[in-house]
Amino acid sequence: MSGTTSLLRVDNLVTRFNGHGPAVTAVDGVSFDIRPGEIFGLVGESGCGKSATCRSLIRLFGGAAAEIAGGKVLFDGTDLAELDDRGMEDVRGARIAMIFQDPMTALNPTMRIGDQIMEGLRRHRGLGRRAAREEAVRLLASVGVTSPESRLGAYPHHFSGGMRQRVLIAIALACRPQLLIADEPTTALDVTIQDQILKLILRLRDETGMSVLMVTHDLGVVAQTCDRVAVMYAGRIAETGETRQIFRRPAHPYTRALLDALPAHAGRGAKLKPIGGEPPNLAAPPPGCRFHPRCPHAVEKCQQTLPELEMIEPGHGSACLRVKELGL
Amino acid sequence: MSAAMTSPAGMQGEPLLDIRNLSKSFGEDRSLLQVATGKPARVLQAVRNVSLSVKPGETLGVVGESGCGKSTLGRCIAGLYDPSAGEVLWQGKPLTAIGDRKAASRQIQMIFQDPYSSLNPRMTVEQTLAEVLKAHGLVDGGKARAERVDELLLTVGLPPRLKDRLPHALSGGQRQRVSIARALAVQPQLIVADEPVSALDASVQAQIINLFEELRDRFGIAFVFIAHDLNVVRHISHRIAVMYLGEVVELSEADALFDAQRHPYTKALLSAIPWPDPERRTAAAGLEGELPDPLNPPAGCSFSTRCAWVEEACRARHPDLDPYSNGHLVRCRRMHEIA
Repeated sequence: MSGTTSLLRVDNLVTRFNGHGPAVTAVDGVSFDIRPGEIFGLVGESGCGKSATCRSLIRLFGGAAAEIAGGKVLFDGTDLAELDDRGMEDVRGARIAMIFQDPMTALNPTMRIGDQIMEGLRRHRGLGRRAAREEAVRLLASVGVTSPESRLGAYPHHFSGGMRQRVLIAIALACRPQLLIADEPTTALDVTIQDQILKLILRLRDETGMSVLMVTHDLGVVAQTCDRVAVMYAGRIAETGETRQIFRRPAHPYTRALLDALPAHAGRGAKLKPIGGEPPNLAAPPPGCRFHPRCPHAVEKCQQTLPELEMIEPGHGSACLRVKELGL
Repeated sequence: MSAAMTSPAGMQGEPLLDIRNLSKSFGEDRSLLQVATGKPARVLQAVRNVSLSVKPGETLGVVGESGCGKSTLGRCIAGLYDPSAGEVLWQGKPLTAIGDRKAASRQIQMIFQDPYSSLNPRMTVEQTLAEVLKAHGLVDGGKARAERVDELLLTVGLPPRLKDRLPHALSGGQRQRVSIARALAVQPQLIVADEPVSALDASVQAQIINLFEELRDRFGIAFVFIAHDLNVVRHISHRIAVMYLGEVVELSEADALFDAQRHPYTKALLSAIPWPDPERRTAAAGLEGELPDPLNPPAGCSFSTRCAWVEEACRARHPDLDPYSNGHLVRCRRMHEIA
């Protein structure tokens, strides 16, 4: 992606979880970049390492014994992996903000909505009480919360799931971040509310010029929102490219199988085409290509060689050893 | 069932299940103030006056967003809730005429969303399945029972060697297969499946949907398939009922519903699906607002608070579920204007 400066460049990131039992390498050599103002999708099934990847970026592991075992996270010229905790705190919330899947557990149930929004404004932007209050009202209005003034005193349990997600987005936007990490932001919501929140994120991106890292399992969400996308499988990137490229010409057997398995893509009355088997256990991943036990195209070399991401057309990479001979 | 996909039009005869004007309400506890002032407790009408039927071998999809009453309806059908009003007829007779709750459960089984909490974590797969066989006195003798357990596992695509596993040692897809095997153990004629694939990953989801279709074709089981994912429901259902705030707002054959919706809510629901095709992006604003408070439903049409087509008359009178065409019912007074 020559000629374009990236806001974020992740280079060969490795993240390991050391819990009970064997260490789990949840992120195993992941590289991608996000440009200013871009919505970049990280898509995959549960346990593929997409959430671990975005948590590694801001080093928030929720108390899990995780360590970044290798790689670089270059954000606007700074390697975040090198920062100390204090330095990370200044980045987190201020320049990189994150919203989560479950808007109930992400908000403090004992704190008023207004105070939760103002906390970041006072900590990172140094606003006084009155200015923070005015800004909080403005933020709530910008995310589509009606009569924002009167909502400042409300508690999270007064709000519906969709409203809570709007509040979380308001908190995330409070410090005008350059990058918003959205980890399954609409998975817990109903489809009409999901539609509202996705359109809100698109509008805010257009208005503020921030970049968005959209983490999702839903290829529909990717198709509707993302400019570029990386497909993850078992801790590694299987394929990356522009969203259009990936959907029009999937160049990895996993991406192709995932698209084929969608009921929306099945013909009327036709059977669905599931992927056989289940995703691998990351504590003991299969040797060679991680997808080979489930891949209809696997040959012997797939069991031995771990494929690297290779460009097959400008901006479109695939980690499949057989991508050329299969004509994917 | 000989044909792989018999159309509902081809299914003649008595409906297997006939729900007539079914309502289910839940009472809130009266607050002290309400007791003191003599006000009645507020009542939540989870299901309001629903009439639906299912023919043998047919799959009826029920869709709607959370709080629309689809799960409550499913539980009323499966006998887990007693309806507050209306009746559930089984082959033309009241459900209670089959016998007790246990006898009814040999006809109607239920599968739940979360295959983890719906299986006993301390029972192995074999114990779970054998318990059903024992409780219903279906197979005599330990050896015959063990054979039947193996047979059930094979039916749902699980190798019998997994039968000594506890649920935690199974994947989500495997657990859901065990739930299905448990439902099949009594050889039911109807299975109520409440969001059976929403907890599963896309690649595994397709496996389970195919399994449901196989079972339908092999055993002629009818399904009430409750889900919020419209693409899944469309794929598996012959007919689809769309629910909003406890009511059926549209009922139609599956493909006809996707081709032309006549209720503004169905229209909004379909356009809100994030379609997995980047060439088909929708920028237009979707449905605004949120579900009204079910304890205090709007006067007139339930959808009038969010509807783009709303007129004064919609707020004045509650619309009936009226035929739009043969087999297509719509609860909207402007259905003929909506294209």
